[in-house]
Amino acid sequence: MQEEFQGEARQPEALEFEADQVSYEYERVPALRGLSLRIKAGERIALLGANGSGKSTLLRLLDGLHFACAGTLRFRGAALTEAAMEDDAFAFQFRRRVGLVFQNPEIQLFNPTVFDEVAFGPLQLGWPREEILERVHATLEWIGAEHLKDRAPYRLSGGEQKRVAIASVIVLDPDVLLLDEPTSMLDPRSQSQVIELLENWNNGKKTIITATHQLEILGEIAGRAVVLERGAVVADATPAEVLANSEVLESANLIHSHRHQHGGVPHKHPSQYLRHEHPKS
Amino acid sequence: MSAGVMAKTVRGFTQALGQTLLSEHAAREHGLLQALDPRVKLVGLLALVVAAALSRRLNVMVALFGLGVLLAVASRLSLLALAKRVWLVALGFTAMIAAPALFLTPGVALYRLPVGSLAITVQGARSALLLIARVESAVTLSTLLVLTTPWMHLLKALRTLLVPVEVIVLLAMTHRYVVLLTETANQMFESRQSRMVGRLSGQQQRRLMVNTGGVLLSKTLEIGNQVFLAMQARGFRGEVRLLDEFRLRGWDYVAMFGFAMVAVAAVVAGR
Repeated sequence: MQEEFQGEARQPEALEFEADQVSYEYERVPALRGLSLRIKAGERIALLGANGSGKSTLLRLLDGLHFACAGTLRFRGAALTEAAMEDDAFAFQFRRRVGLVFQNPEIQLFNPTVFDEVAFGPLQLGWPREEILERVHATLEWIGAEHLKDRAPYRLSGGEQKRVAIASVIVLDPDVLLLDEPTSMLDPRSQSQVIELLENWNNGKKTIITATHQLEILGEIAGRAVVLERGAVVADATPAEVLANSEVLESANLIHSHRHQHGGVPHKHPSQYLRHEHPKS
Repeated sequence: MSAGVMAKTVRGFTQALGQTLLSEHAAREHGLLQALDPRVKLVGLLALVVAAALSRRLNVMVALFGLGVLLAVASRLSLLALAKRVWLVALGFTAMIAAPALFLTPGVALYRLPVGSLAITVQGARSALLLIARVESAVTLSTLLVLTTPWMHLLKALRTLLVPVEVIVLLAMTHRYVVLLTETANQMFESRQSRMVGRLSGQQQRRLMVNTGGVLLSKTLEIGNQVFLAMQARGFRGEVRLLDEFRLRGWDYVAMFGFAMVAVAAVVAGR
């Protein structure tokens, strides 16, 4: 008998995910090493880390796509295992509540039109036809993509693809949204559009977990920052505290020495994102 | 073949494939076959394909091919595009396979080659023509099915005909995989071209092709796996679900009867 989720209505502070000594490896190459983490309902968390630190792997585990090789990972009290996800009733409930936006929208967009793409998730979850039509139109309108509904996703610009990829998950109105580098490879305008979308959607009630190595968006997307280094948590604090900890950031390869000149005077500091004094020129 | 020509060929193939497989323009036209229930279309056209395969008479196969052309016109498909992307390609491949039969089939000499003792026989020419006609009609009818039916509708139709979920997943992934494969090949050729100066020798070109093939395979397998994860992440478990459920209407019953009659007539007349 499959374990069931504990409780339907999520109270703030209720535990969503609980990872205890979770390890994962790709063909004997460790990606996560004894990672422990507790995530509560309504939290906005940024998973920070350099490339290869385990952020994307952790998101895939949290989305029930990969499964821990060692340790336990629980969602609302139920263990996220391969056996659990093979159970239709469990998988249905889980997919209804947790959504993942992949880093590369080309991977996520596989339908012939934008409309079909956004409707794909609700269709899989067996929603009634009228509800699907209503929700898809509302979601497309909300992301400003109603005019793109008949276009082929692979022909959209990078920013449009990203917004459609987010819409294709948000249409399900999940309680937990997992985002893998949502603003990577986007121009500044598209970046701010995506961040604005997420801010408006969240409304303080949803759990949003964003994997990123872009420190400049940290304050806008998260109230808690978890720094990963070689598959383990090395810092877990508020964004301000993490940004102030240049030692951790440098060790996790999130910042590097930034050199520039002020009126011909050479100047060096850990990162352009960290608070620092400039020499008087 | 130079690397530039290879890249151009791959690019052209990618664009054609992308337009055909992904955009589904033809499937959204208001034509005869598009108006039919996908299950009727699937069973009906496959019955005609089987009839073409069983037939041993050239006139029956030509008639089936003619029917395919008529259906294409009624379904607003471009005959020019069909000729370029389907008929010529099928003709080229089949002609290569059929060519030896022209000379090797024993029988009355139709034309003796000026050099050597080889001769095209009447029986050989007939066998080659039969093979080409059979392939052209079967390929035309199958192409009509694919072009006039949105891919997900086709999968759903297969599923309603009790094709196992595993096969459906395989087909769904193959569809996406083929496009990914050509896109990746295109990018790899462009990337290589941007770093290349001068011409490659024949040996270098062959090595390049082999290396590219290997890398391409492993790369697209990885991407294909990621796409499957993305589908799973949104609840895909092998069952195909559509916004509109299939419903048989009066016209579908007429078409079903028509397909059955033509298929039976073709099998009987083609014996």
